[in-house]
Amino acid sequence: MKNYKGWEGFIPGKWSNDEVNVRDFIQKNYAPYLGDSSFLQPATDATKELWQDVLGLYEEERKNGGVLDADTKIVSTLTSHAPGYIDQKLEKIVGFQTDKPLKRSLQPFGGIKMATEALSMYGYEIDPQVKEIFTKYRKTHNDGVFDAYTPEMRAARSSHILTGLPDTYGRGRIVGDYRRVALYGIDYLIKKKEEDKAIIRGEMLPDKIRDREEISEQIKALKGLKAMAASYGFDISEPATTAKEAIQAVYFGYLGAIKDQNGAAMSIGRTSTFIDIYIERDIANGVLTEMEAQELIDHFIMKLRMVKFMRIQSYNELFSGDPTWVTEAIGGMGVDGRPLVTKTSYRVLHTLINLGPAPEPNLTVLWSKNLPDNFKKFCAEISIKTSSIQYESDDLMRPEMGDDYCIACCVSCMRVGKDMQFFGARANLAKCLLYAINGGKDELMKDKVTGKPMQVAPKFEAITSDDALDFNEVMDKYEQMMDWLADLYVNTLNLIHYMHDKYAYEAIEMALHDTKVGRFFATGIAGLSCVADSLSAIKYAKVYPIRNEDGIVTDFRIEGDFPKYGNNDDRADELAVNLVKSFMNKIRSHYTYRESIPTMSILTITSNVVYGKKTGNTPDGRRAGMPLAPGANPMHGRDSHGALASLESVAKIPYEHSRDGISNTFSITPESLGKDD
Amino acid sequence: MVGKIHSVFSGGTVDGPGIRFVVFMQGCPLRCKYCHNPDSWELGAGEERSVEDLTKEIIKYKNYFGKTGGVTVSGGEPLLQIEFVIELLKSVKKYGIHTAVDTSGFMFNEKDEKSVKLHEELNNYVDLYLLDIKHIDDGEHKRLTGVSNKNTLAFAKWLDSKGKKVWIRHVLLDGFTDNDEYLKKTKEFIDTLSNVEKVEVLPYHTMGEVKYKKLNIDYALKGVNPPTKERVLNARSILGVNK
Repeated sequence: MKNYKGWEGFIPGKWSNDEVNVRDFIQKNYAPYLGDSSFLQPATDATKELWQDVLGLYEEERKNGGVLDADTKIVSTLTSHAPGYIDQKLEKIVGFQTDKPLKRSLQPFGGIKMATEALSMYGYEIDPQVKEIFTKYRKTHNDGVFDAYTPEMRAARSSHILTGLPDTYGRGRIVGDYRRVALYGIDYLIKKKEEDKAIIRGEMLPDKIRDREEISEQIKALKGLKAMAASYGFDISEPATTAKEAIQAVYFGYLGAIKDQNGAAMSIGRTSTFIDIYIERDIANGVLTEMEAQELIDHFIMKLRMVKFMRIQSYNELFSGDPTWVTEAIGGMGVDGRPLVTKTSYRVLHTLINLGPAPEPNLTVLWSKNLPDNFKKFCAEISIKTSSIQYESDDLMRPEMGDDYCIACCVSCMRVGKDMQFFGARANLAKCLLYAINGGKDELMKDKVTGKPMQVAPKFEAITSDDALDFNEVMDKYEQMMDWLADLYVNTLNLIHYMHDKYAYEAIEMALHDTKVGRFFATGIAGLSCVADSLSAIKYAKVYPIRNEDGIVTDFRIEGDFPKYGNNDDRADELAVNLVKSFMNKIRSHYTYRESIPTMSILTITSNVVYGKKTGNTPDGRRAGMPLAPGANPMHGRDSHGALASLESVAKIPYEHSRDGISNTFSITPESLGKDD
Repeated sequence: MVGKIHSVFSGGTVDGPGIRFVVFMQGCPLRCKYCHNPDSWELGAGEERSVEDLTKEIIKYKNYFGKTGGVTVSGGEPLLQIEFVIELLKSVKKYGIHTAVDTSGFMFNEKDEKSVKLHEELNNYVDLYLLDIKHIDDGEHKRLTGVSNKNTLAFAKWLDSKGKKVWIRHVLLDGFTDNDEYLKKTKEFIDTLSNVEKVEVLPYHTMGEVKYKKLNIDYALKGVNPPTKERVLNARSILGVNK
């Protein structure tokens, strides 16, 4: 292995012995920081000036109806656009998705319809030639999916029992190990990929052919990344030699990903402790001051705040905003017991003070009860001031994921550069319960031809009695209906991901993964608490069905009270727990694409509102169209026993059956957290 | 043994130190005009819960209590059911949980041997009293709560003689307690005690008003505003909070 200049002063290890191993590099070289936040520095004048410019751009963007500018002609690739700047002489970290800040790029590989529609919603017209190319000559992911969809898949999609499927847009959720660009440089990464490709030989079965083709795509993408960096005046063929170069290289890696993909969630990974090693080396060498270090981090984070995609308005409604989920995982504990908290963990969180609060990047603290007290206090302080930190349990994830995992989107954990996932949106289990009662007919949608309620699932036997619903009968039918749903759901996703690999492959992101990558098949559910309460009502109170003129149960009359999920009452909570186990086991029983490991998330953070709109009255008393609860939350206002009881109910949801993550959106007034004295 | 419980609340942070499980007991002999839980007044109402059952629920949260948190028994007036509270806290104490009682002290009658005895027994299981002095002036106390403050002040002195830790709580209300002269008198009284660890000024708020409408009870403080920030700071400085 070469003796790179960029590695001077680092402790060697497996990472430097002809093996791509960023974790080993971190473990050998990082310095845990146990002190307090007093070392932190304020924003420099350059940072302030730049940030003022950015705020001005945001303001213009707002005035312009939500989009400042959009490319209608140049299809985004790693090298499609000339460099873009805010104010080049002030920017310590550079690079934008297009030639101008906040100008949105054109990314039609997911689907040309979506790209055209998104542009026209904001008053732009797609270049007719581009449209023609992507309609006539170059097939998109979206085309592929709809060519292969079965009628049943289409029906489930339009009734929204399956919803948010990545069939018209980029699936996202894949996080490249962007640190590799800084630590190894592109040339070495290309060399390793070439080695990987060379050993795939012999009988050319489809999988091998695909692997060889994909690695070739990855190598081309790495070359593209190098060219992109060169256009900004940087040579990233060799390892970074300074903190500034390292941050720039990490950012270039990420920038390549967002130029290549308009994914639902484009997270950045776990970079701060890695970067800290470079900063501390520069500070020790006397070539960087704390003020300059903070400036680098501020400028890096500023860039991550400015990530933008061209999306249709209903997508923004689904997510209540224009989110990009640039999630950065911070802190956590090492498996050797040392905290992975460094000064740069502080510096990154401190950007919320220097630049003010912001939802992006989604700064996520991997929380452990063993984190240093000073860091815990600092996090609390920043949370109180900015409400901008997300917390996740490192103690829960580390035993399975080790200590170099990151978070994609909000809760999905993956080992950086070692795992990827097939994002699967979610199945609406509340609607599934109504299907069980109505024999697979939709409670809201009519068949366009007959005008009768639409038969979405197969004609299972409906509940015909008008007596109070019998718990065992409902459960029996519900299990069957979930069997059907899990089967359809997994197969729909298999098809979607086959097409995404084929027509919108994430070459640069996958180039920054091990070639032998672990794959997760990330399903999800919506409506957990609604179903738990509904089943509880059926079990512990009396719930009478109310039918419409077609005989469809469209409402319920409840007599008596029933235990509700969210009050640490096992009677209701067990229904939720069993539901999660049961549905996950149904998912597990199916073949999942590319030998992926099936997982499940319970995580809707805002889309529960839209899912609720498409779901009729439910047996728990929730009215049609009203939101489902987010993630694993109790239904709104039904957790009446205080915060801890509510949290305890959520904590019962078994993580081994919801490995892709469980979210709980928890709001509390500052007054109820203690007195202001 | 069973008690009448108004409600329970996990994760309370305003009734004693740390994160607390709060048991609100049913029934109260006082009728404080600002009471935000008028549904806890009536003695016969509430849910019957046994000591065992409540203990089981409380210890589920032991992990959250940490070094400082624990259980607070509040109300209503919890010591209206003092025998039950004794049993409950005795049971909770077995698990090494910190205990607090939030009381008006009204049930303490120093001339009644039985009352004193029960309070003495209770002391064995209480780490901290949150003592509400509603008003220092007896006449005003009667106007505000319907009863005399004699027992409350006597209880405060008695707890001092027993060396039990106390936090004094005092609701700041325009037209009643938000008056420098009264606040100074309250302070003078507090200064005669050596067991006071903390004095809390609780600014009156109107969040209870909706409950009165639901229960069809006249809300005596209609139109009374919560104290201003300045008045709260003034009361805090007179009462020597955070000294």
